[in-house]
Amino acid sequence: MSSLSQSANRLSPGFAKATLGGLWPIALGITLAACLQVFIKPHIDAYYALIALNIGVNIVLAVSLNIVNGFTGQFSIGHAGFLAVGGYAAGAVTYYGSICLFGSADVHGGLLSGMPMDTEGLAFLGSGDALFLVALIVGGLVAALAGLLVGLPSLRLRGDYLAIVTLGFGEIVRVLLQQTDTLIKRSVGSETAEQFAQRVRDTPWWQLPKSVGGALGFTDLPKYTSLFWVYALVAVMLIVAFRLKESSYGRAFLSIREDEIAAESMGVNTTRYKVWAFVIAAFFAGMAGGLFAHQLGTSLSPVNAGFQKSFDIIIMVVLGGLGSISGATLAAIILTIIPEWLRGVELQTSTIFVLIGLTLLAVGVLKVYRARAIAKKTGIEDRSARRRAIGPALGLILISQYFFRGHLPAALQTTINLGEYRMILYALILIIMMIARPKGLFGVRELWNIGPWAKKARVASQNAGGIVPTQGGAA
Amino acid sequence: MHEYPRYSRTRETRVFAKPLYSWNKGGTSRVDQFLQTLKDAVTIGSLYALIALGYTMVYGILKFINFAHSDVVVLGAWISLLTANKVLQLAGGEHAAPWVGPVVLVVAMLACGAISFTIERLAYKPLRKAPRLNVLITAIGVSLFLQNTGQLSAFFGTSPRSIVPLLGDQAVFSIGLVDVSTVDIVGVGTAVVLMIVLEWLVFHTKLGRAMRAVSYDTRNAALMGVPVDRVISFTFVAGAMLAAAGGFLWALRFVVIKQPADTSWTLLGLKAFVAAVVGGIGNVRGAMLGGLAIGLLEMFGAAYLSSSYKDVYVFGLLIIVLLVRPSGLLGKAIVEKV
Amino acid sequence: MMNSTLLETRETHGGRRTLLGRLAIGLFASLGLGAATLAGMGCDNKDAAKNPAKSASETTPASGGTKLAAESAPGDMILIGHYGSLTGSKATFGKSTDNGIKLAVEEINAAGGVSVAGGPKKKIKLISQDTEGKADQAGTVVTRLITQDKVVALLGEVASGITLAAAPVAQQFGVPMITPSSTNPEVTQKGDMIFRVCFIDPFQGLACAKFVRNDLKFTKVALLVDQASPYSVGLKQEFVKGFTGLGGKIVSEQAYNEGDSDFNAQLARIRESAPEAIFIPGYYTEVSNIAIQARKLGMNLPLVGGDGWDSEDLAKNAGKAIEGCFYSNHYAPDQPTKEITEFVTKYKKNYGGTPDGLAALGYDAANILFDSMTRAKSLKGKDLRDAIAATKGYKAVTGNITIDADRNAVKAAVIVEMKNGVPVYKATVNP
Repeated sequence: MSSLSQSANRLSPGFAKATLGGLWPIALGITLAACLQVFIKPHIDAYYALIALNIGVNIVLAVSLNIVNGFTGQFSIGHAGFLAVGGYAAGAVTYYGSICLFGSADVHGGLLSGMPMDTEGLAFLGSGDALFLVALIVGGLVAALAGLLVGLPSLRLRGDYLAIVTLGFGEIVRVLLQQTDTLIKRSVGSETAEQFAQRVRDTPWWQLPKSVGGALGFTDLPKYTSLFWVYALVAVMLIVAFRLKESSYGRAFLSIREDEIAAESMGVNTTRYKVWAFVIAAFFAGMAGGLFAHQLGTSLSPVNAGFQKSFDIIIMVVLGGLGSISGATLAAIILTIIPEWLRGVELQTSTIFVLIGLTLLAVGVLKVYRARAIAKKTGIEDRSARRRAIGPALGLILISQYFFRGHLPAALQTTINLGEYRMILYALILIIMMIARPKGLFGVRELWNIGPWAKKARVASQNAGGIVPTQGGAA
Repeated sequence: MHEYPRYSRTRETRVFAKPLYSWNKGGTSRVDQFLQTLKDAVTIGSLYALIALGYTMVYGILKFINFAHSDVVVLGAWISLLTANKVLQLAGGEHAAPWVGPVVLVVAMLACGAISFTIERLAYKPLRKAPRLNVLITAIGVSLFLQNTGQLSAFFGTSPRSIVPLLGDQAVFSIGLVDVSTVDIVGVGTAVVLMIVLEWLVFHTKLGRAMRAVSYDTRNAALMGVPVDRVISFTFVAGAMLAAAGGFLWALRFVVIKQPADTSWTLLGLKAFVAAVVGGIGNVRGAMLGGLAIGLLEMFGAAYLSSSYKDVYVFGLLIIVLLVRPSGLLGKAIVEKV
Repeated sequence: MMNSTLLETRETHGGRRTLLGRLAIGLFASLGLGAATLAGMGCDNKDAAKNPAKSASETTPASGGTKLAAESAPGDMILIGHYGSLTGSKATFGKSTDNGIKLAVEEINAAGGVSVAGGPKKKIKLISQDTEGKADQAGTVVTRLITQDKVVALLGEVASGITLAAAPVAQQFGVPMITPSSTNPEVTQKGDMIFRVCFIDPFQGLACAKFVRNDLKFTKVALLVDQASPYSVGLKQEFVKGFTGLGGKIVSEQAYNEGDSDFNAQLARIRESAPEAIFIPGYYTEVSNIAIQARKLGMNLPLVGGDGWDSEDLAKNAGKAIEGCFYSNHYAPDQPTKEITEFVTKYKKNYGGTPDGLAALGYDAANILFDSMTRAKSLKGKDLRDAIAATKGYKAVTGNITIDADRNAVKAAVIVEMKNGVPVYKATVNP
């Protein structure tokens, strides 16, 4: 061997080391999730645990949608369809599998599954855990298949058309799910558990996936979802998404997003990468759907495949920044907590005006300062200063009305329950963000690339002239 | 017990023994069924066409799908309802005089035009140079804003309401068992008149030529002296007025109007959009044709196949058209220049 | 190699950073944010727990600022929770139920409160939460009511789909729940903490079938089902079972989706099959349009429906088209019983307008709860549950209610007829 290949051999890791090097973050993530479930969950209130669960599911949904919308720039607004497909598939496996294997549709898992009130005498791992894992993976695979079906025709479509097709897909899934047969349930009082289990075993196998409840939804699922499962999936999702972004796949995605024709002419097989984006995103959305379906306090219904749920996910991705994993995560956390926090909060209209006034004032003043700084630096006179002063002036007026509210008409004193106005607020946030800051909170950058700790690095990379190719390391 | 005037023209007939057409003996024959479905298809198709025109005009000029268009239809329907009820309250009397209808229509069109103008100025104008994705998201935001604000009790509320009958609903003439009533005639008639006006506007006036020029190439049109901003605003307003007319005709036909945030309105907008795509998006005549096509498909599918999958037929057609002939029936395939 | 992977610097979009550095920043940032928000939420939620009900009579507009930490801790009050769709497409149903419950609460507080097992009288405090008509909100809302607000009992919901999602939560925490108007039979099968004070769909379907077959003496009926609503589909199935069991025939079955306005295609097909009546087990929002369009198509036959028709808006919107149609309901406002007349008068005084069946059921559910509290040994889950299960022959607005072994209410259904835009009592069907 030549000396070059010898040194190359020495540098590249052996099989074991490479695998371990690749897997250790996932193992760490899963262990942390298990610690969360076993040690922390018994000590926190059930309500907060539920919110943490919802946050986790939303993180997975937002980051998976980010892969399609953010990295690849394809506008998909039917993501909830994948959630529903995966959820129903996973549910069918758990429900009927549980009946066939264990005789009833109860939770047969251990400490890591479910959100039990008291954990005395529970083994660490139960037989149901394996079933649940298999169910989740099946759900993900079925959803990935759906992603393939949606992704293939999308090759020919651009932007707006793709949006409509994905929307139509979500609605078609909803209608089809509504037409399914009712769940095969035990007739209480006339059938014992064994008879019921035998009846299920005798049903032809193709009848089982068809009987998932119809319009009522898939009720009666064993409630396996727990903080462990959710955060294990969150860990896997974040690691996969991050690695995807930094890998050659990620480069391809981003290049397709920036300019598809240029990417095609540079040799990137846009077809293949676009379909990959859909399939990966759908897989994780399907697993999230499986977790969503088995949660205590929800029941999966065809409505969950509709546009309403898709929109909830879209706004998280858009707010966080299309293309930023940490942005999507942060937005998912914020947008899950805020509606809960706003529930029951009542404010007077004058207080709301004060808040709006403060925001206007703050933003306006910042803009004025920035304009002045630029004018000083470049020496060009700032002619729109007067227009820019309207904002802070309006803000001051709104703040001052608070002090006179006793004399103002009673209409200004009505209390408003903020929870009712949530959707209007979301819509306004969306519009204002798109006009004022279309990049979202983070744009394409990640959390550690902004702020004080990245300033030097940013200047350095700017001097180097934009995106610099990565050194070493592949997917 | 109540004695009901029996629907005496019906008698029980077996499917295979049905005559093709029965004169005076009565019975719903196959031809009657066909004519009934055809009538329904034409009436609903004209509505879809009116709404599809708005989509297609905005897409032609700005190359983006205005998701908020269906909400303008809702707005038109509700404004018609409130205006008509108010007018009748002021004018008094049980039945509306013939002049109430056109007045309500004009009021609805003007109001929706004004609101749409404001939306365009505030939300879409700042994004003229932005990538398509951002504009699409803004459109979704506007749509949700309109829906949820309309739902507030200060505006339209959350329960369905009915409009006062503006037209006596008598049958004007009948073919067999199929009654064509005043509402049908006025509905289709108004839609046709508006479409003729639009056709004249777009193809035989200077303003229309300006609109077509802007839709071909915005920058060069500006170089040729076309006031692009004004043309774009006018297109939006025209589309919104047509949508308002669509809403008014909807209220006229389906007396009970659902609340603004109901999903059926989004579905209506989607179907009209499919109509625009099927006809060739950006093409005014295509939208009219597409509306008719979607109306036919929906009604005949529901009548002869299964009524449970009404929506699936329409979306299925969309997918087929996009796969097989993306430019639509009357559209021309555009070669993308690099 | 691991070391160098961790510490190797990579040029990415934003700048140079080591893997370890990025992990560290990400981890600390998210932990910090998570802790901060949880802490913030913790404070807010504790104050929110002290926040009283959102009932209109209790908001004082002049207090200014936020109402988060308004009233003192309710140490001497009994907390009950109501979760319902106060916004969203089913808002009218949720608001009706809420009004009925609030009326009952005000009444009982005016009488001094409820005395549990012979103890001192304590007033009732109602906390209403909004589910927005979504099943996934149900679990969060109910968990919040149980763990944050610490209610002793729950009332809700109208839509069976949402109740089915919330019931397992109540069962797990051991808090008794009474649903005023969920008619799906599965609801009470979720556990022994779940009760209902209305009839179930199998009974309602059979009642309608009996009425159509025996009273109206029809043998041929067509169906027009809302396929998006499990209530409608379930009711249709029970009606078909009952009707064919009594010797009737279903000549046509058509479907529509919730929210549709155009029923011409379905009605034309129904007309073709020449039925004597059409059974429409849907919600009043669509029934108005169906009635108008059916009359336009020349079909002057009676339409029959279930309790989803019950609303003031039905006649307001449908006008003459709904004359002479029948539907099964929980009560008829003009029935000459003492409880009904009293209730209708009180409701009209407080809220204006005639109460619909949902308001009456809400009122009854709350009153049965208060009655059970009086009989219970304590307010703990099991004791309260046993007291509710022992309710026998309670004279409620919607009839004599006895809770049977399946935790359902044994009571009669009432068939009403629309005369001059008002539902008028027609017949009673006993179980």
